[in-house]
Amino acid sequence: MPRVLVTGNQAAGRTLAMAGEANRTARGCCAGAYPITPQTEIIEYLSAHSFSKGRVVPVESEHSAMGVCIGASLAGARSFTASSANGLSYMTENVFAAGYYRLPIVLLAVNRTLGPPWNIWVDQGDSLALRDAAWMQFYTDSHQDLVDTILLAFRVAEDRRILLPALVALDGFVISHTQMVVDLPTQEQVDAYLPPCHVPHRLHTGRPMTFGGLTWPRETAHMRHEIQEAMLRVPEVLTEAIDEFEKLFGRRPVGALETCETTDASTIMVACNTMARTLRNLVKHRRERGERLGMIRVKLFRPFPRQEMRDATATAQRVGVLDRNHSPGSGGIFWQEVAASLRGRSDLLLQDYVVGLGGGDVTEDCLSGIADDLSSRSAEAEPVWEEVAL
Amino acid sequence: MTPIRLEQCADREKDPAEAWHIGGEHLLRCGNTNCAGCGMSLGLQLLNQALGVERPMLAIPACCGIVTAGAFPNSAYGAPVAATTFASSAAVASGLVTIERLNGQDTPVICWAGDGGTYDIGLATLSAAAERNEDLIYICYDNEIYGNTGGQRSSATPEGITTTTSPFGKGERKKDIMGIMAAHAIPYAATLSVAHRDDFLRKVRTARRMHGFRFLLMLSPCPTGWKSEAEESVDLVRHAVGCGLFPLYEVYDGVRYRINVRPDGTPLEEYAARQRRYTGSQVNLKHIRERIAEQWHRLDALALAFPAAAGNDCAHD
Repeated sequence: MPRVLVTGNQAAGRTLAMAGEANRTARGCCAGAYPITPQTEIIEYLSAHSFSKGRVVPVESEHSAMGVCIGASLAGARSFTASSANGLSYMTENVFAAGYYRLPIVLLAVNRTLGPPWNIWVDQGDSLALRDAAWMQFYTDSHQDLVDTILLAFRVAEDRRILLPALVALDGFVISHTQMVVDLPTQEQVDAYLPPCHVPHRLHTGRPMTFGGLTWPRETAHMRHEIQEAMLRVPEVLTEAIDEFEKLFGRRPVGALETCETTDASTIMVACNTMARTLRNLVKHRRERGERLGMIRVKLFRPFPRQEMRDATATAQRVGVLDRNHSPGSGGIFWQEVAASLRGRSDLLLQDYVVGLGGGDVTEDCLSGIADDLSSRSAEAEPVWEEVAL
Repeated sequence: MTPIRLEQCADREKDPAEAWHIGGEHLLRCGNTNCAGCGMSLGLQLLNQALGVERPMLAIPACCGIVTAGAFPNSAYGAPVAATTFASSAAVASGLVTIERLNGQDTPVICWAGDGGTYDIGLATLSAAAERNEDLIYICYDNEIYGNTGGQRSSATPEGITTTTSPFGKGERKKDIMGIMAAHAIPYAATLSVAHRDDFLRKVRTARRMHGFRFLLMLSPCPTGWKSEAEESVDLVRHAVGCGLFPLYEVYDGVRYRINVRPDGTPLEEYAARQRRYTGSQVNLKHIRERIAEQWHRLDALALAFPAAAGNDCAHD
């Protein structure tokens, strides 16, 4: 396995290309490509790649990028694309369509603040706005996690028991434009890991069916319920995919949640993406001081791992959620999910912190202040807006 | 009529040659939900005839054309259909055709969209697919309104026509979509008339023999929207061609023109008087006649200056 120094975008582009290439023995691959900062490098890499049975279609908008992916997937191919911020918003209608069509498309979401105002830095609000779109959502915290999760995403999405698209999120600039040493798989390894993509409901001239046409309420509700049932199967299929991954690659990627020092923790902080990496350092330093602080990184946001969240917070009296996103009129979106998961815990103090919106740099000092605030609270309050230095 | 159920379709797969025989399984099957006199129904019948036993893949956006299919799990189309989002038929079809071709399959992939999905919301997608010269046939059935939602103005609605969103008569001209598509220099663009069967079939077959992006525009009467009689739909199109309002012509590579049918002196009134959308509107027939004259002046000049060579339609065989 080659160890290479790459940016997050390059790592994503190379992994997507290998996943696409791996389907050359089946119906091939196709990507819709449209640029937007900070994702652009991914589709640039794909466009320059020479596929033995694949094509990158340079479309005129994100809406059509997903449209092309839908068409390719409906024709039985492995398909994927990438976008950010307003691009994801513009794509939204077809993102929902892909989910409801049950097409195993993989979408790389390089998190960026939705505008206006015009802001190119990281914020999870763009991909979280797609949370109800019948897509799995993975939030990655490092270059290596990104590479591994893309492969897991294809594997789980294309599993006959799931057949749902998957969004893989990474922090704009913090991951997309920084370089780290990554164990990149070889094409042979990806070929071995990803079985040929089979879309059982693909269009076929011998099968005159209409996909997506008029459907009565009862059948529609039934289809939606089938999606929910498929979502509930994700944890099991994901674990299988991770087991297989470990056998082949010799390392074990994180699944739904990553926990750190939670078994005896009285206070737990919850975060995703690179904020969780900073948080890990804080936990280490606080533990050295004897504080019983733990952390949870939420990696799988859809389906939300409620049981795992309950298990991981079993010993805690205080849980603080860090949200680099905000739902106006409510609060942080991860907080809402954690609250729904822990709704039976009347003994628990659950506090939300909205932090780093618009890409503000969330440092260990900033998180340290939040940890102090959390431990000093006697009761829950409305989400706290945390200022950061820059 | 009872729609054909999917299980029955599955049985027919066992003998596809028989199943797809003309006069047997049809592209537009019994149980479709189209109105009587729908131009789009006539178009689908002629499309079926032109394709013969060959089955296409259809990408149909949100429009009457997808309501045609009836309700799940039935489908009135004798071909697989992707019901796409409104603006996306050309994008979804691009994905479909990409994979069919990568797998060595020459399946005709056809977008079947109304004027709303073509002239308005789908124009950017259509333009991009045309610019990429995707190997698609795009057929617009143009009923000059948002028919499926009850008759609102689109950019294909002619000047002066009253619709629910242009209650005082539309103030703007109909968009020249053929001019727009020709400007993309696509291999083939042509207009279709359901009243000119041989011309219709020849053009679809010409398009089928070619590769790259092919655009076909069909005038599609809508009795409920045009306030016309269902049995007069074919006559209305014949009159639209006869009075010069809807010219039948072809454009090769965006530069070589051929006029197929010239106006035969049919008075514009023959067309307009049979539709209450015209008679109840602030339509100035004299003004429309001037527009028709302008249109033909321009078309004649183009056909004279840049004629399509005889037999040009076979050049791409």
